[in-house]
Amino acid sequence: MQARITGALAAAITAGLAGLWAGSASAQGEMNWPTLVYRTGAYAPNGIPFANGQADYVALVNERDGGINGVKLAYEECETGYATDRGVECYERLKGKLGGAVAFSPLSTGITFALTEKVPGDKIPLLTAGYGRSESADGRVFTWNFPLLGTYWSAADILIQHVTKVSGGADKMKGKKITLVYHDSPYGKEPIPVLQDHAAKLGYKFEAIPVTHPGVEQKAAWLQIRQGRPDFVFLWGWGVMNSTAIKEAVAVNYPRNKMYGVWWAAAEPDVMPTGDDAKGYNGLALHPSGTAFQVHTEVFKHLYDRGKGTSKREEVGHVLYNRGLIDAMLKVEAIRTAMKQYGNKPMTGEQVRWGLENLNLTAERIKEIGFDGLVTPIKVSCLDHEGSRKARVHQWDGKHWNFVSDWIEADTKYLRPKVEAAAAAYSAEKKIAPRSCS
Amino acid sequence: MLEEIGPFLEVLLGGLMAGVLYALVALGFVLIFKASGVFNFAQGAMVLFAALTLVRLMEVLPFVLAFAASCAIMVALAFAIERLVLRPLVNQEGLILFMATIGITFFIDGFGQTLWGSDIYTLELGLPKSPWIILDPPLPGGILVSPVDVFAAVTAGALVAGLAVFFNRTKVGRALRAVADDHQAAQSVGIPLNTIWLIVWSVAGVVALVAGMAWGTKLGVQFSLALVALKAIPVIILGGLTSIPGAIVGGLIIGAGEKLAEVYIGPAFGGGIENWFAYVVALLFLLFRPQGLFGERIIERV
Amino acid sequence: MLYREAGQFKTSYEADQSIFPIMQDRWGIAAILAFAFLAMPFLASEYFFRAVMIPFLILALAAIGLNLLVGYCGQISLGTGAFMAVGAYAAYNFAIRVPELPHLVTLLLAGGVAAVVGLLFGIPSLRIKGLYLAAATLAAQFFIDWLFSRVKWFTNYTPSGSVAAPQLNIFGWVPDAPSEKYLLCLGFVTVFALVAKNLVRSRIGRSWMAIRDMDIAAEIIGIRPMHAKLSAFAISSFIVGVAGALWGFVHLGSWEPLAFSIDRSFSLLFMVILGGLGSILGCFLGAAFITLVPIFLNQVLPELGIKLDTATVSHLEFMIFGALIVVFLIAEPHGMARLWQVGKEKLRIWPFPH
Repeated sequence: MQARITGALAAAITAGLAGLWAGSASAQGEMNWPTLVYRTGAYAPNGIPFANGQADYVALVNERDGGINGVKLAYEECETGYATDRGVECYERLKGKLGGAVAFSPLSTGITFALTEKVPGDKIPLLTAGYGRSESADGRVFTWNFPLLGTYWSAADILIQHVTKVSGGADKMKGKKITLVYHDSPYGKEPIPVLQDHAAKLGYKFEAIPVTHPGVEQKAAWLQIRQGRPDFVFLWGWGVMNSTAIKEAVAVNYPRNKMYGVWWAAAEPDVMPTGDDAKGYNGLALHPSGTAFQVHTEVFKHLYDRGKGTSKREEVGHVLYNRGLIDAMLKVEAIRTAMKQYGNKPMTGEQVRWGLENLNLTAERIKEIGFDGLVTPIKVSCLDHEGSRKARVHQWDGKHWNFVSDWIEADTKYLRPKVEAAAAAYSAEKKIAPRSCS
Repeated sequence: MLEEIGPFLEVLLGGLMAGVLYALVALGFVLIFKASGVFNFAQGAMVLFAALTLVRLMEVLPFVLAFAASCAIMVALAFAIERLVLRPLVNQEGLILFMATIGITFFIDGFGQTLWGSDIYTLELGLPKSPWIILDPPLPGGILVSPVDVFAAVTAGALVAGLAVFFNRTKVGRALRAVADDHQAAQSVGIPLNTIWLIVWSVAGVVALVAGMAWGTKLGVQFSLALVALKAIPVIILGGLTSIPGAIVGGLIIGAGEKLAEVYIGPAFGGGIENWFAYVVALLFLLFRPQGLFGERIIERV
Repeated sequence: MLYREAGQFKTSYEADQSIFPIMQDRWGIAAILAFAFLAMPFLASEYFFRAVMIPFLILALAAIGLNLLVGYCGQISLGTGAFMAVGAYAAYNFAIRVPELPHLVTLLLAGGVAAVVGLLFGIPSLRIKGLYLAAATLAAQFFIDWLFSRVKWFTNYTPSGSVAAPQLNIFGWVPDAPSEKYLLCLGFVTVFALVAKNLVRSRIGRSWMAIRDMDIAAEIIGIRPMHAKLSAFAISSFIVGVAGALWGFVHLGSWEPLAFSIDRSFSLLFMVILGGLGSILGCFLGAAFITLVPIFLNQVLPELGIKLDTATVSHLEFMIFGALIVVFLIAEPHGMARLWQVGKEKLRIWPFPH
C-alpha cells in the first residue's frame, strides 16, 4: 500500500515538474490570450456566461478570420473562483506563455487591485471593462489599467442622475432616503464615496449595509430596510448575492421597481431564480441583451451551427454573455490598432497597451465588426483610460430586460477631479511620477 | 411604543425562522455524533449534494419520485461513507475522524458539482412567495411572515417529531440509543454497530435532504449551501453535541440572537457582525458550560 | 547500501544530540540548501519562481507554524488564515506608519503581533479541546476577517478596503526580481525550519508532545498545560504571522481580507495532514503537494493530450484533495513524511533486504 502510494506520488510529481520546466515553449504565429474565469463556487452563475462570451468571440475570430490579421489567438482559461490569491497565481501561470500575454481581464475587483501592482513590472495591460478601481481612469498614473466603458464611480453617478430624474428633479431629492446593499469587498465599497458625496450635495439620506461573502445571509439587511423604508435601494452585489437580495426583498415586501442594481447586478442569473417576483427590478445596462445583432448571427453560423459553441445555445445573448463578447472584442480591436502601428505579427503586452490607449472605436468600425447597436463609440486617450461612461437603465419584465431610460452619461466635470485626486494620492503613496500626456 | 414592537417582533421572528434552518442542519450533526462519536463536518456538503440531486432530478421526474430517488441516493452515499471511510477508521480518535470528514466534505463538494453542475438552480415547491401580514390591527404595518419560512418551520417540527418517535418507540431506535450510551456495551449485547452506523448516516442524509429543500426554496440551490455547515457549528456547541432538543433550542437562540444583534447592535460597528456573533456567543458559553445547554457532562479519566 | 549508518559512531554528547545524526542526512540537507541558494536562482524561469517556488516556500513556512500547534501540541486550528491576515496587516501598518523601521524588523514585529493575537485566541484551549477548540479558532477566523474589512484604520482608510504593500527594503537590499524574492523567502524558511526543528526537540517541544499525547497525564507528571498550550499558540502564530506578512508583501503585493479566508485555513490544514502531522519535513512535502496539484492538473494533463474544461479541473482538484485526505488518514496517518521515512528504512537494507 505504502509503496504504491509512494510510487504514484513520485510519478505524479516528476511528471508535474517536467511539465513545468517545459511549459514555456513558444509557437510562432500565435498570441497568448489568457482568461481568468470562475466556473465554480459561489460566483459561478455569473462567471460562466461572461467566460462563455469571451471564449466564443475568440473562437469566432479564429474560425472566421483565421485570427487577427493571420495571427491566431491561443485562448487559455484559468479558474480563480473569484479568489484574489488564486487570481494572482493564475496571472503568474499564464503571463509568460507564448512570448507573453496580450492583456488580462480578471473580472474581479479584488484581483484587479492585486494585479495593478504587478502589471507595470511585467508590461501587460489590465483591461477592466466596467469594473476595477475607479481612479485608474487617470492614465497618467495608471499607465497599464484600462477601465473601459465605465467605472463604479461613473455607475454611482449615473444611478443618482436616474433616480433624481425619476423623483422629478434635484430639489425633490432632499429628504429622500437611499440605501446601498453592497458586497463586502473592494467591489462593493467602490461606489460609497460618490454616493456619500452626492448625499451631501442633494440632501438625501444615505445608508450602506454590507453583506458578507458569499452573500446568502441577508435577512438582517432586509429587515433593516423594511424598518427604514428607503425610497431607493441600490444593489452592488455579485453572484448568488443578487438573487438572494431579490428574494429577501420579496420576503419583506420591498417594491422591486425601487431597486436598482449596478450593471453587474442586473443580468439573467440574478432575476431568473426568482422568476416573476423579480418583475419590475431595475438595473444599469452597459449594453442591450438579446441576439438581434450581427455578431450573434455570425456566432451562430460559425460556431453553434457547427457544434463549436461554448455556451448553451439558449443562453447566447444573455446580458453577461454579451458583456463577455464585448470584453473580448475590445481586446481584439486594441490588438488590431496595435498591429497597424507595429505590423502583423504577435503583439507583446506593451504593444497592446499602446493599442488600447489609441483605441478609437467609431460608429463605422462598430458596424463593420457586427456590434452595431450593442456598443456606442469609444475613444481612449492617454489622459482618459475609461473611453466612454454611458449606461442605460433596464427593467426585468419576467421574461426579458427592457430599457426604461435613454443613455445617461456620467458627469465628467464632477467625477474627473475626484479621479485625479485619488490617482494623485496613489502615485504619492507608491512614489510613481505621473506621465505627462502632452 | 407600538411602532417599536412591530419591527422588534419581526426581527425576532425572522431570526427564529433562520434558526429553524440552522437547527435542521445541526440535527444532522447531532444524530451522527450521538451514534458514532464522529463530528461530521461533511453535513453541509451533504445538504448541498442532496439539494442538487433533488433539484436536478425534479427537472425530469415529478416531485414525489424525485424525492424518493434523492433519498435512495443519500442512503447510497451513507453506505459508501460507512464502508469506505468509517469502517477503516474505527477506534481512531475524534480528531482524526473529524479531519476525515473534512476530506469527505471536499470530495462531495467537487463530486456533486461535477455530477450536477455549478449553476444556480431554482427549487420550486409551489409555495407562495409574497409574505403574509399578520397582527395588522394592533401593530401599525403588521408583521411580515414568509410562507417559505413557515414551511421550513413546519417541516422541521415534523422531522423532529418523527425522529423522536423513531428513537423512542422503535427497536432500531432503542439500539441507537444503546450505541450512543456505550459502544462496547451495546456491541456485547449483540447490537450490530456497522448496521447502526449505516442507519444513522442514512437518517442524517435524509435530514440533509430536508434541510437542503428548506434552504433551497429560500436561496436557490447553489454551492453556497455547503457553507451552512459553518452556521450550524455554534448551534451545536450551544445546544450540546449529543442533544436533539439542544440542536433545536440552540438553533433558535443563535438565529434570533444573531439577527437581533445585526439589526440593533450591528450598525454601531459598521454591520456584518452576524457572521462571528454566533461564534462568540457559543465561545463565551463554552467557557462556562463546556458541555453545552443540554449536553452530557464530559468526564475524562487517565 | 547508499544510506547506511554503520560505522558512524557518536563519540560525544554533542554528536549524539545533533539535529541530523546521520552523515548522509547532513550531506543531503547541505546539498539541497546549496542547490536552493546557489544554483536555483540561475536555473529556474520567472514563472517557476512566482507561481511555484515563492508560494510553496511561504505556505511551507505557514504549515510549519500550524504543524507546531496541530502536529506537536495536538491543538487543532481552523483559523490559520486569520493569523496570516494578522501578520500581513500588522506588517502593512508598521511599514506605512513607522517607515523608519527596517523592513526585516517590520516582518518580525508582524509575527509578534500575530503571536499576541494567537495567544488571546489560544486562551479557550485551556478549558476546551478538540472539536470545541476547532470552533473557537473558527470564531477567530470570522472575527478577524470582519475586523480587517470593517475597521478602516487597519487599511489606512483606503476607500475600497484593499491595501497595497510598499516595496520591501531589507537593509538596502530591494528584493524585486523574482529570484531575489525567492531568496528572501528561502532565507526565512530555512531559519524558521531550523528553529522549529530544534524547538520540537527541546524541553518546550517535549512538553507540547506530552500534552498532545494525553494532557491529563502530562499535567500529572508536572507539565504546566497553560504554559505549554499558550506557548504553542504564540510560537505557532508567530511563524504563521511572518508567513502571512510574506504572503502579502512578497507574493500578492496587494490584498483584501478575502485573500486570507477560511479556504486558506483549510488548505494549510490539508498540507499539514497530508505532509505529516508532527514532522517538519512533512510541512514541505504537504506544501509542495498542495501547490503542485492544481498546476499539474492545469498544465500537465493538456500536454498529455487530456483536455478538461476549467470547471471540471477545479472540481477534480476538490475531489483529489478530499479523497487523498481520507486515504492518508486511513492508510498512513503520519502522512508523506512517514512514507519518506519508510523509504529511508528500505534504502538502509537495500539491495539485500534480509
